[in-house]
Amino acid sequence: MTTPKFVDSHPLDEIIRADRMPHIWCPGCGIGIAMRAYAAAILESDIPIDQHVVVSGIGCSGRVAGYMDIDSYHTTHGRAIPFATGIKLANPSLMVTIFSGDGDLAAIGGNHLIHAARRNLDVKVICINNFNYGMTGGQVGPTTPYGARGTTAPYGSPELPFNLPSLVAAAGANYVSRWTTLHVRQLKLDILASFTRPGFNFIEVLSPCPIGFGKSNRIKDGLEETELYRERCVLVDNGKVVALDVLGIDLREDKPIFIGEFVNRDRPPYAPIQLEGKS
Amino acid sequence: MSKARVLTGKHFMHGDYACAEGALAARCNFFAGYPITPSTEIAERLSRRLPEVGGVFIQMEDELGSIAAILGASAAGARSMTATSGPGLSLMMENLGLAIMLEIPCVIVDIQRGSPSTGLPTMAGQSDVMQSKWGSHGDYEIVAYAPWSPQEIFDLTVLSFNIADRFRTPVIILGDEVIGHMVERVIIPPEDQLPIWERKKPPHPPSDNGQFKAFQPDSHLIPPMAHAGEGYRVHFTGLTHDERGYPDMTADTHHKLITRLNNKIRHNADQIIRTEAYHLDDAEIVIISYGCTARSARRAMREARLEGIPVGLLRLVSIWPFPEDLIQELTGQVQTFIVAEMNLGQVRREVERLIHKPVKGIHHAGGAMIPPEPILKTIQEVAQHDYT
Repeated sequence: MTTPKFVDSHPLDEIIRADRMPHIWCPGCGIGIAMRAYAAAILESDIPIDQHVVVSGIGCSGRVAGYMDIDSYHTTHGRAIPFATGIKLANPSLMVTIFSGDGDLAAIGGNHLIHAARRNLDVKVICINNFNYGMTGGQVGPTTPYGARGTTAPYGSPELPFNLPSLVAAAGANYVSRWTTLHVRQLKLDILASFTRPGFNFIEVLSPCPIGFGKSNRIKDGLEETELYRERCVLVDNGKVVALDVLGIDLREDKPIFIGEFVNRDRPPYAPIQLEGKS
Repeated sequence: MSKARVLTGKHFMHGDYACAEGALAARCNFFAGYPITPSTEIAERLSRRLPEVGGVFIQMEDELGSIAAILGASAAGARSMTATSGPGLSLMMENLGLAIMLEIPCVIVDIQRGSPSTGLPTMAGQSDVMQSKWGSHGDYEIVAYAPWSPQEIFDLTVLSFNIADRFRTPVIILGDEVIGHMVERVIIPPEDQLPIWERKKPPHPPSDNGQFKAFQPDSHLIPPMAHAGEGYRVHFTGLTHDERGYPDMTADTHHKLITRLNNKIRHNADQIIRTEAYHLDDAEIVIISYGCTARSARRAMREARLEGIPVGLLRLVSIWPFPEDLIQELTGQVQTFIVAEMNLGQVRREVERLIHKPVKGIHHAGGAMIPPEPILKTIQEVAQHDYT
């Protein structure tokens, strides 16, 4: 069977593995929007494409590594950050980006996340946060709001969630921001800027998961969740200190969702001890 | 302050340090680890030595991260290693499977202690033999070497890096606390006398129409390896994948891939297996032993020989792949096999599987070396039973 071809070329052909399309993501999912922002940022960056490396863990967001036409590593659940640590330290000239989801990075990989942030490892993290485990069908996870439902919390989640920007900021990262899949231009510019910001850069991207999170929590489709973003998102003043405890999110409540740049500081990035050249 | 990478010369050296020096001699330039007795001295030594020679040392947050980091480093072209003990090896089983699936060369040193669980942190064991073979999920073949002296842990560390690169496989060094903490003479050869087997590289530069298939095997079933940043735009995934490296989750592709991954070790086993034979030519009783226990076994064998008993010793320098052909060849001439090991029968089971008759076992759960006496006593009993 040959796939019908509707267009001769696409602006991202240079960097997407078109032979792997169609992708696995559901209608209304935001991961593709975030991947597109990442791809566009790579094309606009001054760093040659072949110096970009993407590392993913497991889950829907983890499939990004398989679609990017750069050196790409789809690793084990939770271990994208330590795998990327090895790549970056073995070849510091590479621009290493970790693209994965909230469950992968903050639950099973949570220890690696906080320690890479503590070290201020010079890698970039794009963390899709859709408040649940999408790939396995909508289970609650470390970011699921208290009381929200999932297939493993039919009576509502009895647990308090992580507030990821607060967590990563407290752990020591140089840069922490949040966007949504509505904020495509800001997201692309932020990813592009992250390539020249040293140290651990953590960009949280809120993304609809209508099949996983939405269906259990009365958000009927991706568009409706995107509409919630449009109504409630409040851009923080860059550089202005934000009280990190107000960054928690519960889509079911009519409260502001703060987005933008939360932390931007200049701690020294991790560098292995090198004695050569010293006297 | 650049110092010598290879400390050529005669040393009176600690086993864990000899392992670290073996890694440096093998051009290891990346170590990630987590402190754990009795392997910690390897990390300590490399934290001092790697920066002296331009290499990278990082202490990770746990063993899950340590093995992930050495895989990433190797994927970017480094020769990489981690060191641990039983509890840490258990945590590494997850990404040992990833190393198998992605065919990423690396060396994992396990200085065994009394197990299971926290067990005897400062005392020896040899009970990770089966974990190293079967600990990760799925069908896979592993390579594991068991040194019996500080000299041999040096030599086998060099060999392990070469085997790892040649066959694109993780290699485990099954040391033990006795060897790791023993101080003995270690002779480190000149750098130009150390064999280095390079990884096979892609045959064409990436610019040649970009058709390099990252998982297309050569005639030895091993794909050439492209590293991150070389321009091949490779995709590595722990999912079942085709020769391009793309996920292809079908039963046929899975069977083909997993069969090849197993066969690349099985079909090349003669290049990997190392054994040492003592008086096997006329032996009717053969002791099989390895690691520190083989030292006692050799002593027991010598004493029994003085008594005129036709006993020999087969020392397993490599444990995995298991030397099946050799042991089966011996069954024609050998009346009784005796396995001596510091666990409750892990290698004995393997031998019984091959020879289809009972094997005498001398076992101890760990904590103290098995001395020569119980081995000698067993040899004498067997000899009395069979030859009187």
